[in-house]
Amino acid sequence: METALILTGLGSVFFASAPIVFAVIGETIAERAGVINLSINGMILLSAMGGFVVSFQTGSLFAGFLTGALIGALVAFIVAFSSITLKQSQVAVGFVLALTCRDLAYFLGNDYMGKGGPRLPAWDLPVLSDIPIVGPIFFHQDLITYISFLMIFLSWLWIFRTRPGLMLQGIGERPASAYVRGANVNLMRYAYTVLGGAIAGLAGPAYSLSVKAGWNGTISGLDGFGWIALAITIFGGWNPLRGAFGAYLFGLLQWLGLVLQPSLPNVPSQVLQVAPFPLMILTLFLVNIGSTEWVERTLAAMPESSRRFFTRALRALRASPPASLGVPFERE
Amino acid sequence: MKHTTLNRIGFQLFALLLAFGIASLVLLAVGASPVQIYKDMFGSLGTKGKIADVLVSWAPLLLATAGLLITFAAGLWNIGVEGQITFGAIGTTLVLRLLQNSAMNAGLIIALSIFAGMLAGALWAALAGALKTFGGVNEIFGGLGLNFVATALTIYLVFGPWKRPGTGSMSGTQPFPEQFNLPLFEGLRLSPWALVVAVVGIVFVYFLLQGTYFGLRLKAVGKNFRAAYLLGIPTWQYMMFSFLLCGALSGAAGALQVTAVYHRLIPSISSGYGYLGLMVAMLVNYQAIAAIPVAFFFAALNIGSIQLPIVHKLDSSFSGVLQGLLVLFILLAEGARQRLTPKA
Repeated sequence: METALILTGLGSVFFASAPIVFAVIGETIAERAGVINLSINGMILLSAMGGFVVSFQTGSLFAGFLTGALIGALVAFIVAFSSITLKQSQVAVGFVLALTCRDLAYFLGNDYMGKGGPRLPAWDLPVLSDIPIVGPIFFHQDLITYISFLMIFLSWLWIFRTRPGLMLQGIGERPASAYVRGANVNLMRYAYTVLGGAIAGLAGPAYSLSVKAGWNGTISGLDGFGWIALAITIFGGWNPLRGAFGAYLFGLLQWLGLVLQPSLPNVPSQVLQVAPFPLMILTLFLVNIGSTEWVERTLAAMPESSRRFFTRALRALRASPPASLGVPFERE
Repeated sequence: MKHTTLNRIGFQLFALLLAFGIASLVLLAVGASPVQIYKDMFGSLGTKGKIADVLVSWAPLLLATAGLLITFAAGLWNIGVEGQITFGAIGTTLVLRLLQNSAMNAGLIIALSIFAGMLAGALWAALAGALKTFGGVNEIFGGLGLNFVATALTIYLVFGPWKRPGTGSMSGTQPFPEQFNLPLFEGLRLSPWALVVAVVGIVFVYFLLQGTYFGLRLKAVGKNFRAAYLLGIPTWQYMMFSFLLCGALSGAAGALQVTAVYHRLIPSISSGYGYLGLMVAMLVNYQAIAAIPVAFFFAALNIGSIQLPIVHKLDSSFSGVLQGLLVLFILLAEGARQRLTPKA
């Protein structure tokens, strides 16, 4: 009985983490191409609201998910247009969009707050769901969760095992070299930013039509997810596998928080709710500390044996961004 | 030169038009009449009381913007400003609580509490700055995380150690006795002291950035970090100091929220002025003096939208939509201008 409960719990972690996984993978793809899409926190709220409302009105779940992806693509297009074509700061435009989309979601969704609507049904995969242990964890989910699993491997394969993926890495690392090799850097950056936006856009409906069906405005519990996803993208070292691992780790910690809350009556619930954020800072700290000047200097002054240990530990944690992340590309 | 200015104004007017156009479409989408809504939002500002209300939110907004102009000059995205306001408010409340039963002069206590707020804001900013400088944590993420922590801390205090007699509630801590409130204009909710603090703040920043060697070097750090470093400017010290100054100014905003507006600590004490200040700062593009009217306009939009839920059953987040669209299109228009205008 105990094990069955734990298995179901672990299964629910993979289920509840699907939105973050989509957001992390979408952002990873855009940033691999060299474009930071800082808008995703607001964009996910807008796509969650939009996806729910369209599904509610049309009765079609597919239309809801499509709406989410389209919203993500559109917002990403604005980021791409303003940074690539108009040469404006990606951070500025992304941040403004993050705030604007959030307010837009609250404004447009006002009439749909708390309404019961469609929800993606659970779908046990035949045969696979009967496998002991693995079945209950991975294959008692719904369609969008399976798609999230698939997306992790597909994006990893694309980036690291295909020729166009190599080019994608190129335009984020050394756009000038990629250009010489015949890549249309700016067009590709447009394409990958919009594609990444569409994937991240699925995070909204994955939440409002699956994880926690419905639209509840400011109390949806979704605000902040996008920022966490941006941090996990860094933690993941711009690799979909490591990013997904980060997303699931985050989901697991959230679930543990829920499970442990009754046995920790002295810890106020507000503290557990914001626990992800100091954790986010700590993670980024661990990932980046190895690259700071003073640590390098301290390491250099250490005796050989301990230096080797610390260097190795820090290098294992370190994640280096694509070299041209956030840097516009111009032909000379 | 003249031509460029005219050109820029033309593009900005176009941006304004586009922003209002899209906002109107948003209103039409929820079945509201844009003309009616704009009329209500701006028409309600006709009375003296309403203008005073706008100034009530103008003061903290301007202070946050003033602080952000310093960090912007240093090339920093201090998104943690929201938390710095909040932490400033916590610092002010703490000192008021500690001293309210003492024999000290009430005016002195208020002054001390505002000073404590500035200190607390600077402290919270220093945390984001230290994470950036010594931990390599980008100030966007560090600041954002600290914002959530500051809000959680406020809620914890309001419901925990500082809860009002009986049970804690979202309406905040027990209001402070009247002698600890900054005096208001007769019949209005506006305190002249708040205006003074805000104006002093923005004028200080104006002179700091325009008229001092420090400001010049700070801008050098922001424009080209590496070149500034090679020129011998102590870069990380300058960045850290800009965090501290911004934190102190936003802490003052939080202190005003407690001493001049709410007279207690409430969970949403920062009222989003930090994020809004970022928008104003982006819009005015380093021009401290321009922040004065722009912050007033944004505050007016906020006050104007308060009516929306009551009269039109619309969410008041419309002001945020309009403000966001304005900033977005002004940014885009600047990009379009640079692209479309042939270089002389």
